[in-house]
Amino acid sequence: MNLLEYEAKEIAKKYHIPVPPGVLIEEPGQVQQAIDELGLPVVLKAQVPVAGRGKAGGVKLARDPDEAYEIAEELFEKEIKGYPVYSILVEKAANIQRELYLSFTLDRANRRVVMLASGEGGMEIEELAKEKPEAIIKLPIEPEIGLKAHEVREVGKKIGLSGNCLRSFEQIAKSMYKIFMDYDADLVESNPLAITDQGMMALDFRMIIDDNAIFRHPEFEAARERELRGAEKIAAKRGFFYVELDGDIGIIGNGAGLTMATMDVVNYYGGRPANFLDIGGGARRERVKEAVKVLLENPRVKVIFVNIFGGITLASEVALGIVAALQESPVKKPIVARVVGTAEEEGRKILQEAGIPLFESMDEAAKEAVRLAKEVA
Amino acid sequence: MVVLVDENTRVVVQGMTGRYGKFHSEQMMKYGTKILAGVTPGKGGQEVLGRPIFDTVKEAKEQFPELNTSIIFVPSSGAADAIIEAADAGLKLIVVITEGIPVHDTLRAVRYARSKGAVVVGPNCPGVISPGKAKVGIMPHQYFTPGRVGIVSRSGTLTYEIAYQLTKRGIGQSTAIGIGGDPIIGLDTVEAVKLMDKDPDTDLIVVIGEIGGDAEERLAAAIKRGEITKPVVAYVAGRTAPPGKRMGHAGAIISMGAGTAESKVKAFREAGVPVADIPSQVPDLVEQKLKEMGKL
Repeated sequence: MNLLEYEAKEIAKKYHIPVPPGVLIEEPGQVQQAIDELGLPVVLKAQVPVAGRGKAGGVKLARDPDEAYEIAEELFEKEIKGYPVYSILVEKAANIQRELYLSFTLDRANRRVVMLASGEGGMEIEELAKEKPEAIIKLPIEPEIGLKAHEVREVGKKIGLSGNCLRSFEQIAKSMYKIFMDYDADLVESNPLAITDQGMMALDFRMIIDDNAIFRHPEFEAARERELRGAEKIAAKRGFFYVELDGDIGIIGNGAGLTMATMDVVNYYGGRPANFLDIGGGARRERVKEAVKVLLENPRVKVIFVNIFGGITLASEVALGIVAALQESPVKKPIVARVVGTAEEEGRKILQEAGIPLFESMDEAAKEAVRLAKEVA
Repeated sequence: MVVLVDENTRVVVQGMTGRYGKFHSEQMMKYGTKILAGVTPGKGGQEVLGRPIFDTVKEAKEQFPELNTSIIFVPSSGAADAIIEAADAGLKLIVVITEGIPVHDTLRAVRYARSKGAVVVGPNCPGVISPGKAKVGIMPHQYFTPGRVGIVSRSGTLTYEIAYQLTKRGIGQSTAIGIGGDPIIGLDTVEAVKLMDKDPDTDLIVVIGEIGGDAEERLAAAIKRGEITKPVVAYVAGRTAPPGKRMGHAGAIISMGAGTAESKVKAFREAGVPVADIPSQVPDLVEQKLKEMGKL
């Protein structure tokens, strides 16, 4: 779950990481007050829970109050990567001498934490990784020992820091690592971490918190919902995974791998998946019903393809869920089902009685779904 | 010999008294897996499926010194503690079924268990099965059949799917390991494939990968370096998955431009590993390889 920049910066401040003075506004009319407090020039930054905001036009510099007001108006009307802008962080523009990059994330392959640093901040790290991988320095961290100060200084020297800057870099890195551990973060990132005439400062600060650890950070419960769009909200509430795609064949599977494979098979036979929907492990009828309803109510979905291989999930529960959704929803759409695994006999019987065509093979079911989608179109 | 589990596997079930723990313990016992005890804190002294329940793994181990394996069904908030407990009790194989464990917890627990010499499989995995011998997991075992093809998979249900398709084609399996779909896991793809590479009862290894991380690329590199001598056949799920979106599994996300299906397929092909476009092509590729080897 992505925190908004101002939320992440509140945390940064608590850990003594310098950030530019800023004011959060919720309508263009508040921009003047922010300027009165901060002085000019200011940077207006749209608060959206997604990376790559700058490129999408969500960050702008204003030199006078009129320009600031216009930009605020424009940003509030904008959608950035599909997210409406509900607030803008107005910050005093910093006098930047140099931009650095610093982040902490998980090193999956080596089961540890890794610090990434670069003397070339500002540009997106993905691009930097592609164009100049040698400019990114990786420092592996054993979580039992934690961040080693001397290693941080060595990295700092490698990216060209000395004197006070080197000391600040060490302090900021230590704080960021502490935030990473304290907040169950998947990512803590400052890009750019800038050397300014006011010293070293996190101009941008980003945090992604592990969704599975929200129970330890209940203050972000609401923040998680904000990140979801449309039917993803229902999905999160009901405990299934949903990602919208741009095709017309609705996909329901159990297990991420099988659901992705189902999408791949539909695609292979010339169809286009409308979504990824994984009902998750051990889904019971109520959850399945809500999942099917999401696809029944999505106008782009023309056909629904349910592909279940029961393990921890009982095929009979899935079947009961499908039937219940069809009974409750006023919308009718063709459904193709393929159900095998735990309690498969019972599941098949329930679906057969409801008149839903059943297939033994995933390929045959996919072909039928593709055929039906073309027929409906 | 088979990989990880066999006739000598003696199991304690952590979280045996819960709905899933109980259901799957019963399934495992029906399959012939020797479950000796269960552990649920606060329920020591009770009995489930004719097996004694203990408050701690240590007590279970004292009562049954032959215990060597744990399977964990406890809820996500307590799963890391359960892993550490099993490792401290000296169990050598710890299979973690639980999904949704905070990744920092997994990091801590898996590192600790490995430092104690335990093999952790999972979390968020279907477990391990050596068809006809033992199952320490939740897979519907009727779709698996004894044979000489190993399966290593990041996915649960997709493992069943591939085993089912192989079985229908008359190709049995030596061992199937579901290594789990989380970003941090115990036994990883390369380690699991190496175990099978050393197993005299496995002729060929099917690897089922998916988007996210670089496990498949690392395996391809190991194959290129000649570290794996047996033939490998692969499938990578998620060719149609968009970047930046988590596809169910916490680990299945294309991020920072890495972890795409294309990159994995390319790495495999460059290492000489045939890659199926869809699951149903896996049995074809396996059959072809086995014929080349004169095993079919």
